[in-house]
Amino acid sequence: MLTQEASGKIVDMAIHHAGKSVEGIEVHLVGTDIETSRFANNEMTQHQANLIDRLAVRVLSDGRQIRLETDDLSSAGVCKVVDQAISAVKLMEKDQCLLPLVNADGDGEWSSYPDRFEAGVLSITAAERAAAIGDMIAIANEHELNAAGVYASGTIFEALGNSKGLFSYHRETHVESSVTMCGPDSTGWAKAQGPHAKQVNTRELARSAAMKARASSQPEAVKPGRYTVILEHSAFLDLLSYLWWDFTGTSHLDKRSSLLDKIGDKVFGDNITIEDDVYHHEQAGCPFDGEGLARRKVTIVEDGILRNLVYGRRSASRMGVAPTGHGLPEPNSLGDNPMNLVIVGDGSSVDDMVKSTEKGILLTRVWYVRQVDPARKIVTGMTRDGTFLVENGEVSRGIKNLRFNVSLIELLNNVVAVGQARRTAGEEGVPQVVPAMKIADFNFTEVTRF
Amino acid sequence: MDTLVLHTLDAAQKAGADYADVRLIEEQYEFIQTKDLMVSGFSKGTSRGAGIRVLKNGGWGFASTQKITKPELEKAAKRAVQLAAASASCMRKPVALAPEPVYDAVWASPHLVDPFSVSTEDKLDVLLTCARTMLGVKGVTLAQGRLSFVKEKKTFASTAGTRLQQTFVRSGCCIEAFATNAEERQRRSYPKHVGQFELAGWEMVKGWDLPGNAQRIAEEAVALLTAPQCPSETKDLILGASQLGLQIHESCGHPSELDRALGQEINFAGASFLTPEKLQTLKYGSPIVNLVADATAKGALGSFGFDDEGVAAQRVYLVKDGMFNGYLSSRDTAHLIGLERSGGAMRAQSWSHVPIIRMTNISIVPGSAGTLEDLISDTDDAVLMETNQSWSIDQMRYNFQFSTEIAWEIKKGKRGRMFKNPSYSGITPEFWNSCDAICGADEYVEWGEPNCGKGQPCQTMWTGHGASPARFRNVQIGIAHSK
Repeated sequence: MLTQEASGKIVDMAIHHAGKSVEGIEVHLVGTDIETSRFANNEMTQHQANLIDRLAVRVLSDGRQIRLETDDLSSAGVCKVVDQAISAVKLMEKDQCLLPLVNADGDGEWSSYPDRFEAGVLSITAAERAAAIGDMIAIANEHELNAAGVYASGTIFEALGNSKGLFSYHRETHVESSVTMCGPDSTGWAKAQGPHAKQVNTRELARSAAMKARASSQPEAVKPGRYTVILEHSAFLDLLSYLWWDFTGTSHLDKRSSLLDKIGDKVFGDNITIEDDVYHHEQAGCPFDGEGLARRKVTIVEDGILRNLVYGRRSASRMGVAPTGHGLPEPNSLGDNPMNLVIVGDGSSVDDMVKSTEKGILLTRVWYVRQVDPARKIVTGMTRDGTFLVENGEVSRGIKNLRFNVSLIELLNNVVAVGQARRTAGEEGVPQVVPAMKIADFNFTEVTRF
Repeated sequence: MDTLVLHTLDAAQKAGADYADVRLIEEQYEFIQTKDLMVSGFSKGTSRGAGIRVLKNGGWGFASTQKITKPELEKAAKRAVQLAAASASCMRKPVALAPEPVYDAVWASPHLVDPFSVSTEDKLDVLLTCARTMLGVKGVTLAQGRLSFVKEKKTFASTAGTRLQQTFVRSGCCIEAFATNAEERQRRSYPKHVGQFELAGWEMVKGWDLPGNAQRIAEEAVALLTAPQCPSETKDLILGASQLGLQIHESCGHPSELDRALGQEINFAGASFLTPEKLQTLKYGSPIVNLVADATAKGALGSFGFDDEGVAAQRVYLVKDGMFNGYLSSRDTAHLIGLERSGGAMRAQSWSHVPIIRMTNISIVPGSAGTLEDLISDTDDAVLMETNQSWSIDQMRYNFQFSTEIAWEIKKGKRGRMFKNPSYSGITPEFWNSCDAICGADEYVEWGEPNCGKGQPCQTMWTGHGASPARFRNVQIGIAHSK
């Protein structure tokens, strides 16, 4: 992984090499040294060190821009890609909406940005990951289950500089583990991920997954239909991944958002407040965007009212508003994206939600969530790895997995209870800070065979 | 053979590897995106690196490096051996590999015009011409286009003695028309959802005639704004060829991956209902259903000379005359179920990814139902669905639901009303057993899917799906919009 000093040298080299031959040059470096240990059927199956650092240069000249990339970070490689960009930019079409590079101060500071780098994570060895996996397998054996999963650790970094004097560098450590426990006719799953080692307790994950696998054995089919549903944190997070881009300036400019012309309108229930906040103590990620602009905290939805969108510089310029630091690296068709969502929680625990439910379904995880209808924001998907019937305030039994078709707009108007928000990881989108939720009238349309 | 590759193999053996293979890959790529009359995305680049996979005491280890020097390659080889040793400490049984001959070969994918020899101006001209046509249709709110080109040179060597050099040229193209009003967000894509991708050069872009189809898809996108909603009922269903390709991908390709069937991918990508005891005993589909994994299909996106562990490309029946017949496999999983050799399906996204079992070209053998128009003429009451909109399937690959961009009512052998927001769903073996007609070779297209996701960390892969339109009886349609 490149240090701040090494990144700075590459950025300086590229800018110096471009010299005065172009109006501006932006240099973007990203990299990772995360190592991943995998296991299945109670033994290790893969052990990977997927190391890579990448360089992108963006050159602006005569109203045109081009972005070229390489992983040859030698002096010759850096100079070569700069030369190629300078030569190729002349062949590009003029870009009527092209903006000059971001100023040296990044248009903001992130003094309150929490430290997301932990030296202890770097010292986790391959043997230690194998030993932790051995412990998870031991828990599987205690419960006569088969364990599969992953335990990964390492670092990611990002650096961005430009010929206006901007230089920003961010590094953070990364720990991740997920585990699936498999019985003869049931499974249970748990996952955690974050910059700090204490955020990932592999034994606790294994015990939780084992408990779910045991509790959901001998599942019975229930009839599809509308149920009150309790979505554990990961299930709620993964259900919503298709909604986030609808909160961007670009999705509105392109007339593709489901929330067109709704700013200032009540779009969700009173109990829904959604922020984008990279500074939140449970968030991870980089405090600057794809052009080096400082990310700002944005209240997107407040008490159910759509208050703001997030913007990169291009969409903000076209819409006549201030950018919020959510731009993707230019040029980019998607334009912008909220990266650090916080759905504000309340006091309910999952246990409270179960106790207050006469009849409903408790979901651990959803899977293969895809958008069926972008106007009504209908998504479909399957339940997975711990689906339970709730009766008379108690989890009564495991049930066979179900397919759902739900409108996310209706869903966020049908929230009966909001849980405590916490950092949550799923598999359908990036980790965010979200609560568990209790939802009325959740539409299950079919049941599968297991 | 690059001496650095051989040096790396030597370094792995000196570090204690019992087996090692090395892939040295150089890649050149170009992705162009337009939005209306603007270039909205343009990235060009190169990538070069090596991935080293080793067995030590029966455990796997993999390490990669982008620094192609002797010291750095030695370091990566040693790291791979260390990781393999850690794996071996946590295994029930050492990994063993099914046998495979040793090869010394050169292979190149076919193409007529190197896409990197075509000017940026000519490439943009195709997309901007389409954009002007689409934007000329009243009601179109957004016109998008994409071109993708990748050239990959791959050198492979193993301690078993195999030495391979392969070159791949991949090209892709897509245009999309969007129409929005207060109630609807509609899209039409051509040649298919996310575009068509082939193991071919610039000639494929010209061959698909994007400008010649821009007006039609733009008009269809606008017409969908006021089309009636696809009904929710049980009905006969005709799938267009590209949608059938994705149906094959999700409900045949993935479940026939042997690592999934053995539970090795259950934590993320999932498992499979096609467990080994069902081989030769499960009636997967009707007798006219024949599905092959064909890595030898000329120009198809999932073809190659040799896979990423040096196994020669093969054509393997997954489903023969309706019976479940075989798997996509690797050398280690083939050994686990006693196969004579691997089916040759191990591939990695890049030099920095470890090879895993991936689909090659999973294709349905053409049938005897003639052309699509012949099939429509032979159908009394059905819905024809074309061009994928979304796809979802459970982690065992039983229950699926697909939606498509567009559908038409078929009544008494004629194409009738257009329907918006169509969808269909079912259970995999029931669905394939309801297949009663498959169109012939004239309608057959080797569709390419460029973004199949699997593995942890997740890798994407180029896969192919040859398909003709086909008919299925008594299918649940429209449940996504049922009240």
